[in-house]
Amino acid sequence: MFTPSKTNQMRGDLQHFRKDYGFSRKVLLNCCLVRRIITWASPNPQDSVEDELELSAVRHRPEGLEQLEAQTRFSRKELQILYRGFKNECPSGVVNEDTFKDIYAQFFPQGDASTYAHFLFNAFDTDHNGSVSFEDFVMGLSILLRGTVQEKLNWAFNLYDINKDGYITKEEMLDIMKAIYDMMGKCTYPVLKEETPRQHVEVFFQKMDKNKDGVVTIDEFIDCCQNDENIMRSMHLFENVL
Amino acid sequence: MATGVAAWLPFARAAAIGWMPVANCPMPIAPRDNSKKQDELIILNVSGRRFQTWRTTLDRYPDTLLGSSEKDFFYNEETKEYFFDRDPDAFRSILNFYRTGKLHYPRHECISAYDEELTFFGIIPEIIGDCCYEEYKDRKRENLERLQDDQEENMDLKMPNMNFRETMWRAFENPHTSTMALVFYYVTGFFIAVSVITNVVETVPCGATANQKDMPCGERYTVAFFCMDTACVMIFTVEYLLRLFAAPSRYRFMRSVMSIIDVVAILPYYIGLVMTNNEDVSGAFVTLRVFRVFRIFKFSRHSQGLRILGYTLKSCASELGFLLFSLTMAIIIFATVMFYAEKGSSSSKFTSIPASFWYTIVTMTTLGYGDMVPKTIAGKIFGSICSLSGVLVIALPVPVIVSNFSRIYHQNQRADKRRAQKKARLARIRIAKSGSANAFLQSKRNGLLNELLELTGTEEDEQKLTQKSISLLESQHHHLLHCLEKTTVSALCYKYTCPLGSVKTGTCGAHEFVDEQIYEQNCLETALQTYPSRSPSVSSHDSSTRTCCSRKRKRNVPLPNTSLPTTHSTHQGPLQELSAIHIQCGDPLSHTTSRSNLNLKTDESSRINCKSGQITTAIISLPTPPALTPDGDGFHGPPQRRPPQPPSHPPPLSIQTTTSSAGANIIKVSAL
Repeated sequence: MFTPSKTNQMRGDLQHFRKDYGFSRKVLLNCCLVRRIITWASPNPQDSVEDELELSAVRHRPEGLEQLEAQTRFSRKELQILYRGFKNECPSGVVNEDTFKDIYAQFFPQGDASTYAHFLFNAFDTDHNGSVSFEDFVMGLSILLRGTVQEKLNWAFNLYDINKDGYITKEEMLDIMKAIYDMMGKCTYPVLKEETPRQHVEVFFQKMDKNKDGVVTIDEFIDCCQNDENIMRSMHLFENVL
Repeated sequence: MATGVAAWLPFARAAAIGWMPVANCPMPIAPRDNSKKQDELIILNVSGRRFQTWRTTLDRYPDTLLGSSEKDFFYNEETKEYFFDRDPDAFRSILNFYRTGKLHYPRHECISAYDEELTFFGIIPEIIGDCCYEEYKDRKRENLERLQDDQEENMDLKMPNMNFRETMWRAFENPHTSTMALVFYYVTGFFIAVSVITNVVETVPCGATANQKDMPCGERYTVAFFCMDTACVMIFTVEYLLRLFAAPSRYRFMRSVMSIIDVVAILPYYIGLVMTNNEDVSGAFVTLRVFRVFRIFKFSRHSQGLRILGYTLKSCASELGFLLFSLTMAIIIFATVMFYAEKGSSSSKFTSIPASFWYTIVTMTTLGYGDMVPKTIAGKIFGSICSLSGVLVIALPVPVIVSNFSRIYHQNQRADKRRAQKKARLARIRIAKSGSANAFLQSKRNGLLNELLELTGTEEDEQKLTQKSISLLESQHHHLLHCLEKTTVSALCYKYTCPLGSVKTGTCGAHEFVDEQIYEQNCLETALQTYPSRSPSVSSHDSSTRTCCSRKRKRNVPLPNTSLPTTHSTHQGPLQELSAIHIQCGDPLSHTTSRSNLNLKTDESSRINCKSGQITTAIISLPTPPALTPDGDGFHGPPQRRPPQPPSHPPPLSIQTTTSSAGANIIKVSAL
C-alpha cells in the first residue's frame, strides 16, 4: 500500500506542512496516525481512479480497415462482417478468457470445453496480454481459413505447444488430448475410458516422433503431417467457412 | 444450438483445424454454403416507423417470424420493405432481441399486449432475460388471477340442466344462489354459535346450592346441556352427510380442510356415546371434549376474513417456520446462558435448562411475568440482552406475513369491487351492442328504400337516402347478416300464410333479426295496419307510406275491403307469430317510416302478398307494378312514379299469384 516513493513523498510534505503551519512534531504524528487509520479503513481513492482508467483502456479500438486488409487475407466486406459479429458479442472490443470460454462452450453443450478453450485462447492471444483483441482474432482466422498448409500446421503446432518452447512433450499432448476428450462429455458411445486419451497420445507420438526422443519438434510435425493423406485432406476442410 | 453466438460459428469451425493432426481417421465432408449472398440491409416498416437491420441479424433466430420465410408474407413490393401493422414501441424490444440476443420486458407495457406481440412474432416468452423475467412473471400471474376471478363469476350464472346433486352443491358453496341455501346457511351458523356458547357456559360455576359446593353449570343441568349438544351434533351430522352426498368429488371433499374440521367437531360426541362412563377412560373422555372447541372453526365457512387469514398463514408457512426456528435457537442459547449464570445464586428458580426455557420465552416475547427473575448481576445482564434480542427476532418475519395478508386481502377486495362494477360495465356494453344491431336494422330499411328508389329512379330521393351513408364495412357486415337470414329459409316453404290473416302462421321463411322494440311494436300494432286504398290516389300514396305496424298512426285509412275486420280480429291473437311487418310497397320514399323491420328487398326476397285471410305465396320480386295481375293485384305503388313494369317480371320462385282484393301492397317482411 505504501510504496517507498509514496513514503518519501509524504515525509517531504510533512516537513513543509510543519514549517508552514508551525505544528509540533507530536501533533503531526498524531495526525499522521489518524490519517493512516482512515486510509487503511477506507479504499484508496487513487487506486479506484486507476481502476477506472484501466476499464476505459479495455475499450479497444482496432486498427484501421486498410491495415487489417493488408495484414490479413480477408476482403473489406469480410472484415466488416467479422467485426460486426465480434463487436456484437464483445462490445468492449476485446475478449477475455472467461468470455471466450463461454462462447466456445456454447458450441459444445454436452461436454466441458473450458480446458480446450483455454488452450485455444492462448493460441489466439499471440501477444500474451490476457485478452484477444480483434486483430488477434482476425489474424488467427486469416491463417486458419486462408493460410497455406504450412501456416496452418504451424498454427496447430503452436496450439499443442503449451509452454511455447518449440517442443511438444508427452505431457503437453496428454493435456491437449484430455481437453479434446472432455469436450465430448460423458455420454459417448463407446464409453470413454481413462486410458483412451493416453493411448491416443501414444499413437500420435508413434506417428510423429521420428527420432524417438520423446518430444516432437516443429519439423518432425510438419513433415509427418505432410506425408499423411488424411491430415492433408482435412486441412482443406474449412476453407469456405467465411 | 446457440443461435446468439451464431456469428462465432466460423471461428469455432476454423479452430477445429486444431484437431486435425491428432485425428486418425478422415473427417466428414463439410456442408457447402451455396447461398453466397452478401449481407444486406432490410427495412422493417412497423406502422410507419422504419427499422433497419442486417439480414444476418434476423437470420440468427430462424424459428421466429422475422428469421424465417414467414416475413415474406409481409413484403411490400412497391416500397421494397417489410410492413407490419403492429405497435412500434413493442417492436423495439423484439428487434433488440435479435440484435443483442436478450429479450427484455419494458415495464410500462401492458402484459397482455406484450404477450400478443411476442406470439405474433413467434418468440417464446421464456427467453426473457433474467433482468426482466421476474417482473414479467409477476405481472402475468396477477393478470391471470384477475381473469380467473372473472371467469369464476361467469360460472356462477345459472347453468341449465343441473341435476339435484349439483344444485345442492352449488347451494352449499354459494348461499346467495337460492333462498333455501340462505336459510340453511344461517341455521347452521346459528347452531355453531349455540354449540360454542354451550361449551363455554358449561364450565361456568352456577350458583351453589345449600349443601353442595360451587359446581359448574354443566354438572348441574346435565340433561339440558346434553340435549343441546345432541341437537347441535345432529344438525352438524346432517349437514356433513348432505355435503358429502352433494360433493362432485367425494374423495376430494373428504380430504379438504373444512370437512376434517366438521368431522373433528362431531366425533367426540359419538365417541362419548360409545364409551361407557368408565373411570379408566374418563380421563381420555375429558380430553376428547376439548376437541369440541373445534366447532368454532366451522365459522370459517361463514366468514371470508377467517378464510383469508387461514390462507395467509398457509402461504406464509415458510416464514412462520423460520420464525419458529430462530426463536427456538435463541431460546436454547439464552436458557443455557441464564442457567449457568444463575447457577451460583442460592435460591434460584433456574433449576435446569428446560426450566429456564420458560423464563426465556416470557422474556423474549416481552411478557415478563416475574415468576422467575435472575438475581445475579451476570444473570441480569444476560436477561436484558435476551429481552432486547427477543424484540428483534420476533419483529423480523412479521412484516412478511403482514404483507402477504395485505396482498391477499386487497386481492379479495378487488374481486368484490370488480363484481360490483361488472354489472354496470355489462349494461353499458349491452347498450353499445344493441346500438350496432339497430344500425343493422336501419341499414336494412335504408337499403330497401334505396332499392325501391332505384326502381323509381328519382334523384332527390336517392340523395335523401344516401344521407345516411354507411361505411363499406358496415354494409358488408349487414350483407353477411342478411346472408345468414337467408340461409335459414326453409326450402319447403313457399306457401306462406299470412300471420295477420285468420289462417295460422307457418314458421317458414327466412329468419330475421328483429329488434325487440319492433317485436313489441309488431305485437301491439297489428291492429293499426293500414291498407292503402285501391285507387292510386295521392292520399293513398301518403298513407301507403306507412307500414302496417307504423307508429305513426296517421291516417288509418280503412280498407275498402270488408275482409279487413276479419284480419283485425285475428290480430289480437297470437302475438308470438308476429315477426312480420308489412310495408306498403307503394311509397317507399319516406324514411320517416318507423323502425320497421324490413327485409332488404332483393329479387330473392320472399315476399308475401298477403291478402286478408287468404293464402298468399311468396313473391320474389320487388314491388311489382300494379298491372301485375289482371285482376288488379294490390300492388299499388305510386303508379305515376314508377313506369309500369311488364308483368313478365316473373318472380322466379313464385308458384302462383293470387289476387289480392285488398289491394294491399303488403310486402311481408317476414319471418317467423
